[in-house]
Amino acid sequence: MTINTSKDKSRKYLNPYLGGVLLGLVLLSANFIAGRGLGASGAIKSVVATTIGTVNKDAIGTMPFMAEYAESHSGNPMKSWLVFEMFGVIVGGFLSGAVAGRLKLKVEHSPKISSRRRLIFALAGGILFGFGSQLGRGCTSGSALSGMAVLSLGGFITMMAIFGTAYALAYFFRKNWI
Amino acid sequence: MGPLAPNEIISENTNFLLAFFIGIAFGWVLESSGFSSSRKLAGIFYGYDAVVLKVFFTAAITAMLGLLFMSAFGWIDLTLVYVNPTYLTSAIVGGVVMGAGFIMGGFCPGTSFCGAAIGKIDAMVFIGGLFIGVYGFAFTYGWWEKLYLARYLGEPKISDKLGLSDGLFGLFMILVALGMFVVAEWAEKKFPREEY
Repeated sequence: MTINTSKDKSRKYLNPYLGGVLLGLVLLSANFIAGRGLGASGAIKSVVATTIGTVNKDAIGTMPFMAEYAESHSGNPMKSWLVFEMFGVIVGGFLSGAVAGRLKLKVEHSPKISSRRRLIFALAGGILFGFGSQLGRGCTSGSALSGMAVLSLGGFITMMAIFGTAYALAYFFRKNWI
Repeated sequence: MGPLAPNEIISENTNFLLAFFIGIAFGWVLESSGFSSSRKLAGIFYGYDAVVLKVFFTAAITAMLGLLFMSAFGWIDLTLVYVNPTYLTSAIVGGVVMGAGFIMGGFCPGTSFCGAAIGKIDAMVFIGGLFIGVYGFAFTYGWWEKLYLARYLGEPKISDKLGLSDGLFGLFMILVALGMFVVAEWAEKKFPREEY
């Protein structure tokens, strides 16, 4: 792990308010071009629907949640706006990391915990987030951020539920982070 | 004029191609703001790094004001823009489950892909978890269907619910965000900021 002085770091990362304006403009472009906001978990749903459909075509019929989705994405669930967008996110993230010299294979964790503990919590957190994103019809990007931009009541509620819960539980998981 | 795809000004395939470019910009901004680091993201919950709050609320306000102005200028027909439907129960319960996932895993879905793109193994494992979670929900959907569909309110706007015009609500949001930014700057100075 490279140790930077805070002066170095502020040069390396974008000013957060500038980053926010840029992210807002990206979200605005998405709405202007596609008539919809950004998202992430929807792309995962597409991949899961495709995988289930490929492995066992009959299985999808027995799963009403996926069957509905496959019907509304007639043809190929991978041919969805969010799937193309998420491929872009991987490319964009990689390019930004490459330019800033941040490409490095590593497990990032607090020095007070082991890599193993970090990975177990990452897996558990991912499972919960994946599950919650389906129940809540979208994640931080699709439901909270994009929903707030179009003044959706549900978007504001989901945003408050996500951040409120994380704050409420922060004390119990503090060892992982501080 | 806008939105372009619903107005059939651009074709479906052009829309997909532009989705890819929008994604590149999305990923670039997230990564360069530091959202590829779980320790930076989790900082908001302990006060040592408030980058999430600053970027998230600045972005929401920028996009919200942009849409309101574009609509006022007649550049975009907001009735053709997707507004997330509100299912009150699942919006809250889903958000609570996601919040627990956030504080445990340190990422949200979008940021985990950014982390994975620059080689964070914890982000890759988080993504593995996402797939398990999505599959798990689909597999057990029968158990949650009632909850998933409960208290459907249509597609209400928060401004309508509060009895405010969109513009006045926008102003209110800006003031709330400015207040939070002041607290965030104070918290970052007060709480120790470890290097990571």
